[in-house]
Amino acid sequence: MTHELHDITLVVNGRSHPIRVEARRTLADAIREECGLTGTHLGCEHGVCGACTVLLDDQPVRACLMFAVQADGRAIRTVEGLAHGDTLSPLQKAFIEQHALQCGYCTPGFLMLGTAILEQNPDIGDEELIEILSSNLCRCTGYANILRAVRAAAAAMREEGVA
Amino acid sequence: MKPAGFAYHDPQTVAEAVALLGRLENARLLAGGQSLMPMLAMRVAFPDHLIDLNRVEGLDGITVEQGVLRIGAMTRQRSIERSAAIREACPLMTEALTHVGHLQTRNRGTIGGSLCHLDPSAELVTVAAALDATIEVAGPEGQRDVAIADFPLGFMTPALAPEEMVVAIRIPLWPREHGYSFMEFARRHGDYAIVSAAALLVLDSAGRIARASVTLGGVGAAPLRVTTAETALVGEAPTPALFRAAAACCEGIEAMEDPQAPAWYRQRLAAVLTRRALERAWARATGEAA
Ligand code: FES
Ligand code: FES
Repeated sequence: MTHELHDITLVVNGRSHPIRVEARRTLADAIREECGLTGTHLGCEHGVCGACTVLLDDQPVRACLMFAVQADGRAIRTVEGLAHGDTLSPLQKAFIEQHALQCGYCTPGFLMLGTAILEQNPDIGDEELIEILSSNLCRCTGYANILRAVRAAAAAMREEGVA
Repeated sequence: MKPAGFAYHDPQTVAEAVALLGRLENARLLAGGQSLMPMLAMRVAFPDHLIDLNRVEGLDGITVEQGVLRIGAMTRQRSIERSAAIREACPLMTEALTHVGHLQTRNRGTIGGSLCHLDPSAELVTVAAALDATIEVAGPEGQRDVAIADFPLGFMTPALAPEEMVVAIRIPLWPREHGYSFMEFARRHGDYAIVSAAALLVLDSAGRIARASVTLGGVGAAPLRVTTAETALVGEAPTPALFRAAAACCEGIEAMEDPQAPAWYRQRLAAVLTRRALERAWARATGEAA
């Protein structure tokens, strides 16, 4: 009984993935294994590192702290949904230009968190921005460049009139 | 780091959830999951059944009516943090929430989850104690109220029968001009506090302290109301010396010891944080601080 399978549909980046999972399957694992979208990374698998951050109904959440069955039918956005074809999002471009990644392990999580910040509060103050970004762990960059990238993306979006 | 198997239940109503709790062996409720999921992943919790409250109707919502703030158990911490009504009527809670986890976890974490998880350092439990909250509990026989003072039975153990669940918290509001402050010390922002202090003050027309609440989190299994400090404050004219004397009461409290900090360290922290919180609350009560 405890290994009973559930038929659910994950709507990831606008595309429906009808999948069959055990209840214990986390959203992060289902996105990677059942949907085949391996851009979402798993670091700690218990809610500490933020590598698995995705947007659930446009709000950043830790995909390792939810079960896939709980996300049935909800709108999920992952790092694969940021670029339009070959055109990177302003935040992705800024990450490259500002050297906001080295090994890249934490990058999908930071990109999704940063995307949510830019959508919800592009004029966010420094203190709050640091507070929010510090919830994700990066062992390479020292965070300063990530901060700069979010700022640069906000500026670029303002120029383009996106935000 | 994968949870073990369990049977998943997805009730739509409180009555269904309570019925499931009564019927199933070794079942646990799943609220926001921000504490339970890590416990499942690390397999320190291994329920046979998980009862997901996320689709239960009527469990979330914030109302302020006749001097009482009521928050549904499944209200997300983020909604509480952003509620203009709470910021106005109960700013202590808004301030405490900025210390709770991170944006991503507050988007999922719920007030009912925090109350029932009952971590000794949980900010929302400390706030509930500071404000003399009442917990609304649903069970097979209907609903009952539990005073927050009676809610913690012991370490991380709420006073709930196996077939009961929390549906809401009610908080009697303080007069509009009260001063408040929530302060804590944690190793990293967003971690559970080693010690936290909540202070509330009301001044009378002569500028004396008419009412005071001093509460510590993280010092024992449950939040501690420092009644000796409260008694020392009421009726007195607020001065830095008075706050220092009241805060000194915290040095004598019984404090727990764990790998994070020895007891004496918690006692010292408690006194320092209480003094600072009282000073901030006073400044706010007199309109000198935002
Ligand atoms: S993998 Fe989810 S927070 Fe670390
Ligand atoms: S770039 Fe390596 S962990 Fe962040």
